[in-house]
Amino acid sequence: MEATKKEHELIVSVSPHVKSDETTSRIMWTVCLALLPAFLSGVYFFGLKALFITALCVLSSVIFESLYLKVVDKKSAVGDGSGFLTGLLLGMNLPASLWSFSPFTVHIPIIASFVAIVITKQLFGGLGYNVFNPALIGRAFALISWPRAMTIWMTPTASILAMDAKTTATPLGILKEEGIAKLIEVFGDKVSLYEHLLAGNRAGSIGETSVIALLIGGLFLLYKKYITWHIPVAFLGTAAVIAWVFGGKEGVLTGDPLIHLMSGGMMLGAWFMATDYVTSPSMRKAQLIFGAGCGALTMLIRLKGGFPEGVMFAILIMNCFAPLLDRGFRSKVFGAVKTAKEIKK
Amino acid sequence: MGLATFKGGIHPPDKKILSANSPITETKPPKIIVIPLSQHAGAPCKPVVSIGQEVKKGEMIGEPGGFVSAPVHSSVSGKVIAIAEFQNAMGRMVNSVVIENDLKEEWTALRDSPDYLGLSVEELKEKIKAAGIVGLGGAAFPTAVKLMPPKEKPIDVVIINGAECEPYLTADYRLMIEKPKEVIEGLKILMKVLGVSKGFVGIENNKPDAVQKMQEAAKGESGIAVLALEVKYPQGAEKMLIKAVAGREVPPRGLPMDVGAVVQNVGTALAIYEAARFGKPLIERVVTVTGEGIKEPKNLMARVGTKISELIDECGGFKDGVAKVVAGGPMMGFALSSLDVPVTKGTSGILVLPEEGVMHAEDFGPCIRCGRCIDVCAMGLMPSMLSILAEKGMYEDAKAYNLFDCFECGSCAFVCPSKRPIVQLVRLAKSMVKP
Repeated sequence: MEATKKEHELIVSVSPHVKSDETTSRIMWTVCLALLPAFLSGVYFFGLKALFITALCVLSSVIFESLYLKVVDKKSAVGDGSGFLTGLLLGMNLPASLWSFSPFTVHIPIIASFVAIVITKQLFGGLGYNVFNPALIGRAFALISWPRAMTIWMTPTASILAMDAKTTATPLGILKEEGIAKLIEVFGDKVSLYEHLLAGNRAGSIGETSVIALLIGGLFLLYKKYITWHIPVAFLGTAAVIAWVFGGKEGVLTGDPLIHLMSGGMMLGAWFMATDYVTSPSMRKAQLIFGAGCGALTMLIRLKGGFPEGVMFAILIMNCFAPLLDRGFRSKVFGAVKTAKEIKK
Repeated sequence: MGLATFKGGIHPPDKKILSANSPITETKPPKIIVIPLSQHAGAPCKPVVSIGQEVKKGEMIGEPGGFVSAPVHSSVSGKVIAIAEFQNAMGRMVNSVVIENDLKEEWTALRDSPDYLGLSVEELKEKIKAAGIVGLGGAAFPTAVKLMPPKEKPIDVVIINGAECEPYLTADYRLMIEKPKEVIEGLKILMKVLGVSKGFVGIENNKPDAVQKMQEAAKGESGIAVLALEVKYPQGAEKMLIKAVAGREVPPRGLPMDVGAVVQNVGTALAIYEAARFGKPLIERVVTVTGEGIKEPKNLMARVGTKISELIDECGGFKDGVAKVVAGGPMMGFALSSLDVPVTKGTSGILVLPEEGVMHAEDFGPCIRCGRCIDVCAMGLMPSMLSILAEKGMYEDAKAYNLFDCFECGSCAFVCPSKRPIVQLVRLAKSMVKP
């Protein structure tokens, strides 16, 4: 009897008393892990510059976040990995050519990180409350502020030490300015073009080029159930259909959807940027509309807009609609639809 | 897969193996029992005994205090030594009768009915009512009241809830293994009382041997089907069980009788049988004492009024590092602040949890809108929005997000990666606005 009478300090709290072992930080770090193949492929094709730019973004993001939270006297959130992830995504969305001291452009990633973390994320209330994808706002800010530096694309060299590589145009840039015939000519033939796009052996942002690496990461997140199929499938599917129907020079239904799917930021955007929990809808049906909107706007910009690429603007525009979409697609409350007639039955 | 179920839900580790193979055993007779006069949903009982009075086992000591109420009976023979307020498991002070056990185990006269199915409906209802039977699944709603549905709500199906979807708990499982015949008899009595020809027993498929035993017991009974259900919490919630078994959805804020169903727990069915057959009042129940923090997990036949600390002693006591003791299951049970509180009719389990894994209230983060809670909500709600609105004090807005349809099963809080206390926030919001 006395054994249990010993002083027991019992914890009293509200149910449930067991919880899954999933945590926010584990999700964030797992997404970082899923980005690793694409990042490594960026380093493989664009050399140490790619590594330096990404590291600079990650470091700046984490430091800015810590400093901001210190200034406003909030608990440090570095451990949750979300600042690291934003920095990683931002870095992977920038051209490796920014690592240049003459002309000096190394400040651009740092300022973009500040805009992403402090202005887009923390000033809107921090993790969970930002309206726009922080990494994409950081990139958009940089693109508009330094349009020249942000569109200097290095030729992939597959040599890690290449520090002064030649510059070239991205496949989408060639497609926009000179057409598909020229694009195929640059890569030799169509099969070779597809191979280069699949592997990531083409000009572009650090982490966006390797379709195969991004697919590995994206499918890993699907397998881990960290994302669902709704946004990527709706995004890529809509873009593919529009590219096929309206993307050809010889009239409708002559476009090449594969080129569009495998170039620009399409894969990185559909798997990793549009699927950001905070800035996308939570309801699965709303996610289908959200993804379709991203795909449609991307193709609208690519085919009719002034920019060769539209993934970034498409996602940012759709971010605005995420809360509205959630409201519009609220789930049916259990039992709500049953009418009096059915009950009588 | 392919088994009947509902949409949503979670798969917490079931941990039933800790106590599943331990047969139901009687506890040592308690020396002192404390019987709260309010153990059920509804009006508290009025005491009908006085201090110093001798009572027999099974004698009524508190009479119903209203229509929605159930009498309470002594679970020992002995002398009333106090009638005063004592703490109950919820931490509230409740008027209780304290009886000193004379260990003679003298029963009061019980009304035996070998041909219980030959009794009239009114007689059966009276027996169930007099036995003080309440829902033994945890909510403790007086059973007799459930058996008197208003005329405009005809009942055509009775469902026995053998889902026992709460992790750890094995009380209903053991009853289905050890007393399947009696449970089926209880169901037959219910069907007779309600005048229905369809009876179901729904059991989660992680208890295949219970499904088999119950099917054997139901063999040859007309209109009774024993169904294996998908293993998924909260399969045993009334609305989810009716959906899985009968394919009907109880309307929001409605009751099972709105779709012609009455649901009773396995333990309740047994109590109904014992009341009808032997006239035995509800003075004991099976309590699963389990968890990683208890030395010998057991299923105990415990008398109402036994102190929880005695049940813990009965199971070898605590291991080191016990942090939390929960009355009920881990998903919907409530944490005890004291072990010096009595077992009541609604106590389905005592769960002893060690320090590791116990969450502390301040450790939660912001909602990252991952949508996991929305996917698992069996009621089709948006727990994420409810928790955010409640956190910000926007209770009226929370109401617009169907706040009052939440029955607090805790699936959302289980899956939340930010460990948000969603159930607590929902309860806060519910307390701040009118339904």
